[in-house]
Amino acid sequence: MELNFPIVQVLNEEGTIVQPEYRERITKPLTMTMYRHLIRTRTFDRKCVSLQRQGRIGTYVPYEGQEACQVGSALALRDGDWMFPTYRDHGAMMTFGRSLTTTLLYWKGRTEGCVPPEGKKIVPPSVPIATQLPQAAGAACAEKWKGTNNAVIVYFGDGATSEGDFHEGLNFASVFNAPVVFFNQNNQYAISVPITRQMKTKTIAQKALAYDIPGLRIDGNDVFAVYFHTAEALERARNGGGPTLIEAVTWRYGAHTTSDDPSRYRDQEESQKRRETTDPIKRVERFMQREGWWDEEWANQVQAEVDAEIEQAVAEMERYPKADASDMFDFVFAQPTWTIAEQKEAYLQWKRGMAR
Amino acid sequence: MITEVGTKSLTLVQAVNDALRIMLKEREDVIVLGEDVGKNGGVFRATDGLLEEFGEQRVIDTPLSEAGFTGAAIGMALGGFRPVVEIQFLGFIYPAYEQIMTHAARMRSRTRGHFAVPLVIRAPYGAGVRAPEIHSDSTEALFTHMPGIKVVCPASPYDAKGLLIAAIEDPDPVLFLEPMRSYRAFREDVSEGKYTIEIGKGKKWREGDDVTVIAWGAMVPVAMKAAEEAEKKGIDADVIDLRTLYPLDKDIIAESVQKTGRAVIVQEAHATGGLANDILAVINDTSFFYQHAPVERVTGFDVPVPFFAYEDDYLPTPARVLRAIEKVMSF
Repeated sequence: MELNFPIVQVLNEEGTIVQPEYRERITKPLTMTMYRHLIRTRTFDRKCVSLQRQGRIGTYVPYEGQEACQVGSALALRDGDWMFPTYRDHGAMMTFGRSLTTTLLYWKGRTEGCVPPEGKKIVPPSVPIATQLPQAAGAACAEKWKGTNNAVIVYFGDGATSEGDFHEGLNFASVFNAPVVFFNQNNQYAISVPITRQMKTKTIAQKALAYDIPGLRIDGNDVFAVYFHTAEALERARNGGGPTLIEAVTWRYGAHTTSDDPSRYRDQEESQKRRETTDPIKRVERFMQREGWWDEEWANQVQAEVDAEIEQAVAEMERYPKADASDMFDFVFAQPTWTIAEQKEAYLQWKRGMAR
Repeated sequence: MITEVGTKSLTLVQAVNDALRIMLKEREDVIVLGEDVGKNGGVFRATDGLLEEFGEQRVIDTPLSEAGFTGAAIGMALGGFRPVVEIQFLGFIYPAYEQIMTHAARMRSRTRGHFAVPLVIRAPYGAGVRAPEIHSDSTEALFTHMPGIKVVCPASPYDAKGLLIAAIEDPDPVLFLEPMRSYRAFREDVSEGKYTIEIGKGKKWREGDDVTVIAWGAMVPVAMKAAEEAEKKGIDADVIDLRTLYPLDKDIIAESVQKTGRAVIVQEAHATGGLANDILAVINDTSFFYQHAPVERVTGFDVPVPFFAYEDDYLPTPARVLRAIEKVMSF
């Protein structure tokens, strides 16, 4: 079965195009855009780990190593599309248009962090595993029934495939031929549990056979493979071709969250090795060098611009007014029920009294 | 809010069907989905004839997966629809509990109102019809405890129709519990056309000055029978049908127990952690000093809803309610 689902690359580890049919579409401007987003997401991620260590944000979920999955897939979306992310997909969310400040506010424990920019259908990250899959199938049905051309992308990890909601979501989408791309980032570990404890199958893509939908296994560290194959799956969805399951094989370099220590369950030398060989950013650099597009000065400028943007976002996050206790009462229902209204009033009155 | 005159005599399940038909006709964004709701018209026929009238784009037979279609309905609600999901029996809702608890009920709150989930989940509930095991649960308290969802439970055909229409028009998720024991137990004149009953408002089935009996759903007829028996003994009971279980109608409870000074709460569900305890809290908070007697609760027991051979012993009966009434009157 593994042979039926080989890992598809467009750009190999050395930075050489291995699928010539994409040659013409890999232009210099597109490559520069990809590179910029990759640097932006990685720099942001490292900054957040550092902010967490300093106690300036709460527990943080890093994605370093998975940037190509998130950037490539998000750039394949159109404005009207839906995104159903997990808690590890803020790289994708920011690439699709969620601001850095909003993202930081989420990790600061603020509900402002779940509000997408106007017009962008970015659903807040799903924290329970795989529950977003049936929702994405339903949102896709809604677009189809409204007669739009919008599609849906939903993210999930390898561990999520063990959940019932994985099956229920894929099954629902395939029965209704819903325009949704199930984008799996197989980083090979669910916290500490390796993929061999999640499934006997060697691939996740092969699970598509059970739903009679296309299943594709791609190199998740190849931003071009991710971008083109996601775009093709989205296009098929828009044109009535139904759902697709994409397995993007990748690796998270760091911890599951800032609260865990990966050296307890895996050899971190593997991560070091992968940084040197299969890193998603290095291969784009190698490719640009091969093409003669690499410009050190430009790369430094990109880094400087990204750094400045992140610093500004951090400053904005830290300037935010203190969280207002009213907020937790005010948005539960369109109109607060009497229990909520009474509890709010009593609590705030007591709090004001205490402050005196 | 009656918009048309004329009435017809309907059972509770027919009133549910009537409400769904009216809303499917009035609003294009309303869709009905669940197991067997289409061709079969629902296992209780609550959706009978709707597929034929509105087509399979609006009345949708789904795969057999409560979490899957409830989750999908959340996505449809985000996408601009007003899905009315049918869970075949409340005892089968548990796979969907996570979708409701973690997503439907808190989407508005976690996005500061940016996203909302105007979803109605209909579920027949309760024992007393000799159903196979697991088909007879009344676990409303699992949902009244859940912040972000309203819980409605009509006892009569007229209320079922008006409350279901109100639930569909509500901007937030509503769990709509239908007492299956009352589905065809009696008929009532129901106004034709559209009308709503405000969510959060109970009603009196009977006025009396001696004791307050509070019930909902399938327990309302039980409370009424007990009240009729009590009357023969010279005890005049106020009988309140809560109609909405969250948010509770605090005012109707307080007004009545302040008048009578005595209360009996009738709850089909298990005692511990049940809604009766919240009603007790309302009485405590609003009317403690008006009470002449400790409040009595008549409930199911802290056992799994039993196989039907035992259900007559499990369910509160008019005799048990009457005993409680007499007890609170003895103070």
